[in-house]
Amino acid sequence: MSYIARPKVSHPALARNDLGLTMRDYEGGMSTLCAGCGHDSITGSLIQAVFELSIPPHRMAKLSGIGCSSKTPAYFASSSHGFNSVHGRMPSVATGAAAVNGDLQYIGVSGDGDSLSIGIGQFVHAMRRNLNMLYLIEDNGVYGLTKGQFSASADAGSTAKRGEVNEQPAIDPCLLAIAAGCGFVARGFSGDRAQLVPLLKAGLSHRGFAMIDVISPCVTFNDHEGSTKSYRFTRENAFPIDHTDFIPPEAEIKADIGRGESQRVELHGGGSILLRKLAREYDIGDRGEAYRYLDARQGKGEVVTGLLFLQEGGADMHELSRLGETPLADLPYGRLCPGPDALAELQNRLR
Amino acid sequence: MPSNNDFTIRIANVNGTGSASANSLLMKTLFRMGIPVAGKNFFPSNIQGLPTWYEVRASHRGYLARSGSVDIAVAMNAETYQRDLRELSSGGYLLYDSTWPRRDVLRREDVSILAVPLARLCNESFDNARARILMKNIAYVGVLAALLELDLEIIRELLRETFARKKPLLEANQTAIGMGYDYAREHLNCPLPFVARSMDGPGSKIIIDGNTAAALGCVYAGATFGAWYPITPSTSLMDAFRSFCARFRTAEDGTRDYCVIQAEDELAAIGMVLGASWNGARAFTPTSGPGISLMSEFLGYGYYAEIPAVLFDVQRVGPSTGMPTRTQQGDILSSAYASHGDTRHVLLFPSSPKECFELAAAAFDLAERLQTPVIVLSDLDLGMNDWVSEELTWDESYRPDRGKVLGAEELEKAEAFHRYLDVDGDGVPYRTLPGEHPKGAFFTRGSGHNSYGGYTENAGEYQEVVDRLRRKWDYAANIVPAAEIRAAKGAQAGLITIGTGDSACREALDILAGRGVALDYMRIRAFPFGEEVWRFLREHSRLYVVEQNRDAQLRTLLINEAGGRAEQLVQVLHYNGMPLPATAVVSAIEADMTRVQAA
Repeated sequence: MSYIARPKVSHPALARNDLGLTMRDYEGGMSTLCAGCGHDSITGSLIQAVFELSIPPHRMAKLSGIGCSSKTPAYFASSSHGFNSVHGRMPSVATGAAAVNGDLQYIGVSGDGDSLSIGIGQFVHAMRRNLNMLYLIEDNGVYGLTKGQFSASADAGSTAKRGEVNEQPAIDPCLLAIAAGCGFVARGFSGDRAQLVPLLKAGLSHRGFAMIDVISPCVTFNDHEGSTKSYRFTRENAFPIDHTDFIPPEAEIKADIGRGESQRVELHGGGSILLRKLAREYDIGDRGEAYRYLDARQGKGEVVTGLLFLQEGGADMHELSRLGETPLADLPYGRLCPGPDALAELQNRLR
Repeated sequence: MPSNNDFTIRIANVNGTGSASANSLLMKTLFRMGIPVAGKNFFPSNIQGLPTWYEVRASHRGYLARSGSVDIAVAMNAETYQRDLRELSSGGYLLYDSTWPRRDVLRREDVSILAVPLARLCNESFDNARARILMKNIAYVGVLAALLELDLEIIRELLRETFARKKPLLEANQTAIGMGYDYAREHLNCPLPFVARSMDGPGSKIIIDGNTAAALGCVYAGATFGAWYPITPSTSLMDAFRSFCARFRTAEDGTRDYCVIQAEDELAAIGMVLGASWNGARAFTPTSGPGISLMSEFLGYGYYAEIPAVLFDVQRVGPSTGMPTRTQQGDILSSAYASHGDTRHVLLFPSSPKECFELAAAAFDLAERLQTPVIVLSDLDLGMNDWVSEELTWDESYRPDRGKVLGAEELEKAEAFHRYLDVDGDGVPYRTLPGEHPKGAFFTRGSGHNSYGGYTENAGEYQEVVDRLRRKWDYAANIVPAAEIRAAKGAQAGLITIGTGDSACREALDILAGRGVALDYMRIRAFPFGEEVWRFLREHSRLYVVEQNRDAQLRTLLINEAGGRAEQLVQVLHYNGMPLPATAVVSAIEADMTRVQAA
């Protein structure tokens, strides 16, 4: 992934977060994606989210697979370790990394090609294990780097740039995530930063696997008439069902909590989510209802966005693996080696 | 010809009938009598119903390979009677369950047939249907005890240890031993012309399989993370690691100082290991040939992005699914060059359980020092069979060699950090761990990168990195375990092998020496090949390369990577899935020598 170093110029008036850092401190290399690519807007939202949450950059780890979307970890947080892995296999790398150090903030960036075809097995199993990470799918329905083939998220009946009609049904990452047991499922749109930034912050603060499918139009290969992942189609058919506000742990809640309209959900990772209902007609914590609702609305061609399903309090991989507070990677050798006497004792039973 | 403390017993059973405990009782009895013994299990890829064999070789000279002969066949499986009879050596004995006489199928003039009505005896002594089946196995151990004059008190003591907490089972087993023993004494010509005679005790030796020993090596090296996908014959390695960790690495409240993840497949298992290693833990995955195939893409990533990882390939018979419960050394080349592009991996070749233990631990140090995947190539014979082994010992002063890792303090002081710069001139760059320090951040990628860790498509920058990787490889050749070399007086030629070829080759060398043929010996323990391997090849005009595959993979590697010449390296191959016997090595070498003399 090509990148150009971004000049580090900082204006004294730039806002600073609790760590005294500015947004510039969360930036990365210059993007080499096409001008207008949805992915770059998502990168911008992500920078804002981690800046506002005051996450120390070196305590984040960015991971990705292969594809246009997977290039984006190079475009933010240049003071974080990054791992651009092989196609479709970022979840396994994140699994190993998170298992040995649960103290870092893991951000996985993938795409529809990376997560729903070659990587669908790893994607589903990472959710099943409830890995503590934010997992973004930058979803444009198309393979950009190989110039325009349909991806598995392309809707049936939508057309490719040259007119070919996609005959196969789409795999919807949100429906898949709900079915696979994921505790945090949301959909955003790269063009709606006001909705996306709070979703990202909520996802980063959720303990467990937070999956956000972000519709991110491909300006070069999938932004035409006949595409259901274009800017125009998404704008016209986006159907936000709720608005999410992330409330940091220490903040006083000023927002109005109207009865039946707004709902506050405490996050185990700290802070809370204030959910303002726009069109949602189901309990956010009811997996079956969420699935049915989403399936029915999308059947009508609507792009349902917002926080779609939330279940707090599920045991994450760390807890399920009964790991302690000290990361495995930091355990001193003396605690790990049983020593020569134990070895001798052990062998008494092998005679 | 069999003689005292020098004979082979092959027991034919049906899978799933509980014969394993009887067979291990037989092996352990010989072990405790101080007689060097080897037990090999030939089992099917099946849970119940298919034929299975167990071969026990007693050898006072300490040979652990298969003898190539069968002196006593215990034919407990009616389905394989004819084969068991056919494969019995001339002059041997066939013991069968004569509850159902089979005179018509058991015809051979040059062997003795021993009839014991094991099922009838068990039916008379036991009420329970399961016991009637199980105790037939214990009863034949009783018969063998009478025939071979095994030490009955050792047998009874072993049973007491095994069933210390299962009183009724202990009594049944003791009864069955006595029953078989008494029947044989009364009805058969006991003892046989060759018997077991107690020798000096086994001393500090132990009985252990290679997978268990390798798992112990992982524990002692401080590995905290393992990911795997179950595959025969490597499964017992992770089973053992988990059970050792449950014992040594689990706090009273259940908190674990280890994490084992059963991955969704091998593609994920190696990804998890790379993720864990990248994040600072010692991580490993046990697998077999099919797993190496699946892991290849990530192995290339690990090589190019320079991430430590330890893999155990417990080889089985290929190609494809092959014979999953049979042994081979068929993954040498696919492991050495696993993945596309110019990729090469450090390989270690243990030949005994003790070496599985030691090389497992060494693998972690090498992987971290060299920042690259290291593959330990074991095989089913070594990994799953019980071996009499030297005692395992651990040096208390051992500390893991984590290689060149910059910590927070060093980074704080450093002006800048560049991931792939060859600072020390040995080809090994410095690395940092996530979360330590903002200055340590770098972007790990499998795409083209320059010495500073940046993306590149620049010809020169790309080549600079891969050339340094090659220098790192040359450095690796200096620090991997050296080959074991044994010179023979007056040797004209030499013999080369790896891994489990060792026991058969050592025996073959003795046999050949007895016939006046002296050969130098080299057992290679690692790839890349060190200077001593190159020298051995330079100093011999004729070398026999003994390996367990069809395509002479080690020989190819020696030609590719150690200056070997095709006309100099004579292939000696054994690849039918059964462990290599010494006789196969001897006859191949003698045939070649005859050919050369005739020419």
